[in-house]
Amino acid sequence: MRNIRTYQEVTHDTGSELLEQVVDQQHRLAERLTQVRSVVAVASGKGGVGKSAVTANLAAALAAKGLSVGAVDADLNGPSLGRMLGVSGAQLSDRPSGVAPAKSPSGVLVMSMELLQQEADAPLRWREPAMGGFIWQSTVETGVLREFLGDVEWGTLDVLLVDVPPGTDKIGRLLELVPDLDQMLLVTTPSETARFVVSKSVRMAREAEVGTLALVSNMAGHTCTECGHVSDLFTGDGDKRLEQETGLPVWAEIPFDPRLGTATDSGTPLVITEPKARSSQAILALAERVVEHIS
Amino acid sequence: MKFVCLECDEVMAFAERQIPGDGTLAAVFTCGGCGREMAMLTNPMETQLVSSMGVKIGGREVPAQPMELARTSLEGGRDDAFALSEDIPLADIEPEPGVESTTVSQAAGGRVVWTSDATGRLERVPSFVRGMVKRIYTDWAREKGVSEITPEIMDRARTELGLEGM
Ligand SMILES: Nc1ncnc2c1ncn2[C@@H]1O[C@H](COP(=O)(O)OP(=O)(O)O)[C@@H](O)[C@H]1O
Ligand SMILES: [Mg+2]
Ligand SMILES: [Zn+2]
Repeated sequence: MRNIRTYQEVTHDTGSELLEQVVDQQHRLAERLTQVRSVVAVASGKGGVGKSAVTANLAAALAAKGLSVGAVDADLNGPSLGRMLGVSGAQLSDRPSGVAPAKSPSGVLVMSMELLQQEADAPLRWREPAMGGFIWQSTVETGVLREFLGDVEWGTLDVLLVDVPPGTDKIGRLLELVPDLDQMLLVTTPSETARFVVSKSVRMAREAEVGTLALVSNMAGHTCTECGHVSDLFTGDGDKRLEQETGLPVWAEIPFDPRLGTATDSGTPLVITEPKARSSQAILALAERVVEHIS
Repeated sequence: MKFVCLECDEVMAFAERQIPGDGTLAAVFTCGGCGREMAMLTNPMETQLVSSMGVKIGGREVPAQPMELARTSLEGGRDDAFALSEDIPLADIEPEPGVESTTVSQAAGGRVVWTSDATGRLERVPSFVRGMVKRIYTDWAREKGVSEITPEIMDRARTELGLEGM
């Protein structure tokens, strides 16, 4: 039998330059992020727990404190950050060192897939051959997220928040791109199902040695808009159990507040319109924590 | 991915890339020892796999453009996603320290003007990628010390840069 060498044994360069280009991509991203003091991911693993609402309000709260803040909507398939920060319909533009992002009325620089799509109700689709889309879809989406982080002209930022989509694999995708992530906030609720899913994300973040990890317990109790009385929304104590099991600090307990949902969903974060509300206070305190922990 | 000529026991070198149609990507490799040539043909799925990484076999003629992957891969891009300013500001060409090539210094700071015919042709490019395409042509012109972009210059740039369908 003929003796064929392995790929590594064949040391000669072929000139296809594939590896060089991939290295160059990573280089461009790293270069851009040198201008960002702290990349903070808002993740969970679970959907519908309020990651986007927390990201939008936290971004506005940090900007209101005078920090320069950017926010990346990493949820390419279900973008909502643009909407929540009131930049729907805003235009991007080509600038010398990248694409200029949208700027929210609250002063946050935003990049979201929503800004690139023509039809609001169109599901995300990539130009594709008829077959095998699943094979490369995740490759494209990782690449597009890399562009959202690295090809946008953020300028110098104190904090770049990343709204991470549900699914622990999406947390892995971000960590691949930003291995030295400064902080990760894991949003959970008192529900047992949330605890179960978020515990997986905690483990993943720990294995990746994320700088600072903290929990945000959202929808913790329901504030009555009439009397201000707080009652349980979920009967579980998943958030408390998660705190005990993981030993992670809880940086905020945000009550369920219909005003938070309504204001945020209409593009005006509640921390701006009603900073005195209990839910706003919790998010403003969260912003303090984030600032304290910027490394 | 490497190709070895078994007869010469030598790595074949990348020679040329073509897109002959049907979603096929052809990459030609040559053996430096015996001169044998071979073409690697990929099916549309494999072609997509390579392009979804945002890389090109054989290297790029044009540096990667901001958000190029998103802008070239997205189905249903928003017509007015990118503001079309009259004069897209362009990065100044930074000559490599020490090696100041004459073309670069001639063109550096020099303005590049688009004739109305050239602008007309640029307007046929979908707005989603127009800014990106304009930048590629203008950068090329600056580098060559060309101060006016005409449709002929666009053709020249296109051939030299191997821009398929821009
Ligand atoms: N504490 C809260 N009180 C009231 N509504 C909330 C709260 N947190 C989130 N919401 C609302 O719940 C819905 C789901 O939240 P969202 O942030 O989109 O979740 P996720 O991004 O985790 O999928 C949104 O309409 C949001 O405004
Ligand atoms: Mg969301
Ligand atoms: Zn040979």
